[in-house]
Amino acid sequence: MKDEVESRDDRVANLKGMGCSRKRVEDARFTQGKGNYVDDIKLDGMLFGDFVRSPYAHARITSINAEEALKVPGVLAVLTAADLEPLGLHWMPTLAGDKQMVLADGKVLFQGQEVAFVVAEDRFAAADGIEAVEVEYEELPVIVDPFEAMKTDVVLREDLVADDGSIPDGAHGPRTHPNHIFTWEAGEKEATQQVLDNAEVLVEESMYYHRTHPCPLETCGCVASMDKVNGKLTLWGTFQAPHAIRTVVSLISGIEEHNIRVVSPDIGGGFGNKVGAYPGYVCSVVASIVTGKPVKWIEDRMDNLMTTAFARDYHMTGKISATKEGKITGLHCHVTADHGGFDACADPTKFPAGFMNICTGSYDIPTAFLEVDGVYTNKAPGGVSYRCSFRVTEAVYFIERMVEVLAIELGMDAAELRRINFIKKEQFPYKAALGWEYDSGDYHTAWDKALTSVDYDGLRAEQAQRVEDFKAGKTRKLMGVGLSFFTEIVGAGPVKNCDILGLGMFDSCEIRIHPTGSAIARLGTISQGQGHATTFAQILASEIGLPADSITIEEGDTDTAPYGLGTYGSRSTPVAGAATAMAGRKIRAKAQMIAAYLLEVHDNDVEFDVDRFVVKGAPEKFKTMKEIAFAAYNQAIPGIEPGLEAVSYYDPPNMTYPFGAYVCVMDIDVDTGVPEIRRFYALDDCGTRINPMIIEGQVHGGLTEALAVALGQEIAYDDMGNVKTGTLMDFFLPTAWEVPNYETDHTVTPSPHHPIGAKGVGESPHVGGVPCFSNAVHDAFRAFGLRQTNMPHDHWRIWKTANELGLHD
Amino acid sequence: MSKKMHIKLNVNGKDEEFLAEPRELLIYTLRERLNITGPHIGCETSHCGACTVTIDGKSVKSCTMFAAQADGKEITTIEGIGTPDSLHPLQEAFKEHHGLQCGYCTPGMITRATKLLEENPNPSEEDIRFGMAGNLCRCTGYQNIVKSILAAAAEMNAAKEAAE
Repeated sequence: MKDEVESRDDRVANLKGMGCSRKRVEDARFTQGKGNYVDDIKLDGMLFGDFVRSPYAHARITSINAEEALKVPGVLAVLTAADLEPLGLHWMPTLAGDKQMVLADGKVLFQGQEVAFVVAEDRFAAADGIEAVEVEYEELPVIVDPFEAMKTDVVLREDLVADDGSIPDGAHGPRTHPNHIFTWEAGEKEATQQVLDNAEVLVEESMYYHRTHPCPLETCGCVASMDKVNGKLTLWGTFQAPHAIRTVVSLISGIEEHNIRVVSPDIGGGFGNKVGAYPGYVCSVVASIVTGKPVKWIEDRMDNLMTTAFARDYHMTGKISATKEGKITGLHCHVTADHGGFDACADPTKFPAGFMNICTGSYDIPTAFLEVDGVYTNKAPGGVSYRCSFRVTEAVYFIERMVEVLAIELGMDAAELRRINFIKKEQFPYKAALGWEYDSGDYHTAWDKALTSVDYDGLRAEQAQRVEDFKAGKTRKLMGVGLSFFTEIVGAGPVKNCDILGLGMFDSCEIRIHPTGSAIARLGTISQGQGHATTFAQILASEIGLPADSITIEEGDTDTAPYGLGTYGSRSTPVAGAATAMAGRKIRAKAQMIAAYLLEVHDNDVEFDVDRFVVKGAPEKFKTMKEIAFAAYNQAIPGIEPGLEAVSYYDPPNMTYPFGAYVCVMDIDVDTGVPEIRRFYALDDCGTRINPMIIEGQVHGGLTEALAVALGQEIAYDDMGNVKTGTLMDFFLPTAWEVPNYETDHTVTPSPHHPIGAKGVGESPHVGGVPCFSNAVHDAFRAFGLRQTNMPHDHWRIWKTANELGLHD
Repeated sequence: MSKKMHIKLNVNGKDEEFLAEPRELLIYTLRERLNITGPHIGCETSHCGACTVTIDGKSVKSCTMFAAQADGKEITTIEGIGTPDSLHPLQEAFKEHHGLQCGYCTPGMITRATKLLEENPNPSEEDIRFGMAGNLCRCTGYQNIVKSILAAAAEMNAAKEAAE
């Protein structure tokens, strides 16, 4: 037999298990144009739906007349709120405990809001129909500034004010103004104030983390098909959480959940955009029920940027106190959070500001307080986690800017200031001032490795020389050294405190081993480019001793996959990856009994070795997992059921806390405002590494999305609530030309509570990258007195900064 | 609606003939009429390149071209590049060097790269970054796309040398 001549190393290599850069199994179809994305789905008689959208940001609707539209050739139906009302579907619940209009119910609250749904034979006819729908609007005062929203008499949400004018509590407690959504607090208010009052050094700084958008290359969309004969609804769509979508559809439509099948086919990138439930999904379902035909809805790019899922929009004010030597003693953070017209933020129910309370970062800060005010404005709803766990990007940006500002105040090197404040290795598990328990970390080692790798002292010397040269008129380019050290909180999450719409945030894996020693495993998550079919098979290969190439991974079909909460917030590996390992261990436990029976020894006398069970002390006596799989199906084994299957639902005991150290070296032309990234070094510690190739790919991609956000990408509004960045002409997506080559590095600090020690990595580079790029811009101007300037640092804003500092004089 | 036009195309070596409204976009013709779904729609404004095809030897974004404008022309899409048994070196290289993640930009990316390498068989990294700047990718950060194209160029040149 082949096995007998193979060395143990060969057997390990043959599995392509954890730790190897296995090539992706997804790529064959994608490189040949054979992916199956939602817009590729074509069903007999399928219709196409599209929206009449509001040109106004705040207006009453006095009438909607669809008469002419219905005369347009190819147009079959026009749905309005009045049509949905009898079904109770003109409003829908949001993930944040608010409700949102599916179609405008008497008024609109943001530009691009869905007003009517035109159903036609194809998308050209739908566009003709949209043109012919007559809507009369009566303009109302527009509020785009959240601070103004908290003062104005203009009420955006009359539905949230009682008849007597009083303001009922919201989903997250008392509201103080009609446009106020919630106030959320963490930490010790008075104790923090006391520390700040008595501080040797105190710095205060305000910063605005601008509104942006995940903008995956594929927009959102769905195909709804109501089979009236069998009473079954099938809904294909760009869903990052297909099981949750099924439950939501059932709850709001009244269709029993077993009669709903939700399928996420291949997804062309998500980055948080595809977590929420959108009016397009509801209208497609209704239209399919009304017409009896399948109905497809696909956003165009403007719809996508203007209406589904903005990210960020946090106005943050911080106070940080320290000793004269630089030891941080306290932190205070206040956020005014602009949530737009409806609170549709995608956060676990108990966390209306996500995990913003990770904002003490990687530092041992004894006392802290956080307060977040959520506010309604005339902007699109959303508030998704764009390539980050819930609000973690905002939190990390905040602390990484505050530390830089403190370094300026103290006249200290920002790397050294970080070093003396890091949580020490021996302090883990570390209970942070704002409530979280960090699982593991070795920050000093990572920091030293990063600074040594980039020759930090050399960079600072070069920078000092550059400043001299600039002052002497020898150069017009300044040099910035951007630093960031981040700690993420991912893998939501423990059911005890994490749920979405009451659904606990566990995840799942179900494995079936086939008689000939191959397998299929299904998970509650859904890949959007992360390569789950490749990496989850690697976890299993190592756990059950069958080659990854013999294991099919399937996700996204709610009729076949076990229930799970989906893929976002870097939760797939921490949660579903753990479920996969645990289900694999159940398989292994049964395999052990079968092996012992076949080898005629006691269960405890065999042990697992790579791809087989061997008799302890007699390695020549063994049964391979392949042989065991066959035995499970071909013979009666006393006391053991036939077959070899397992399922695991994994409720994580804690979040995981990946971390990393990034350095960006940037040259800035003060006359053009153009930044040139000379070098970017990224050290990530995501615990146990499953596939280094895929990790690197995730880091490259996350850093590029960070570059975009830090250096130009934004959803901007004018005073009338018009979106100024609604196409890819205005909304910055970096091309190959603007993006540098990144240097990647790593340390490995496994998570102590995760079955394989993995922490998740997809979002780390974005979370750490944004402050790193931004800090590089700030650092270039530090010698000339810059303390804080807001992102995005596009050429114009950088030029303006240089101008305001007198560098053009 | 205006009068339908009589359009003839050759797509991936196959002649196609149909009547279409003048406003029908080529990407729609390919995807909806001919079921060629490799080219994707990402922006419909010529920015993202997910819909890139080759028309009479030039890279074209098919979302902003009318089918009528392609009348009489030869079109190659990702479906006409390589076969499952014999992948194009670019397809092999993208797999080998992790040049893709979600796969949505990949057909346009590879289709564009075939033209880039025809025009410049020995591109520098800078040539590639410039020549591919019309194709957006949100996942990879381009580093491995550039690597894949460099590797494919080397592979194609080696094969050419061996054949000579």
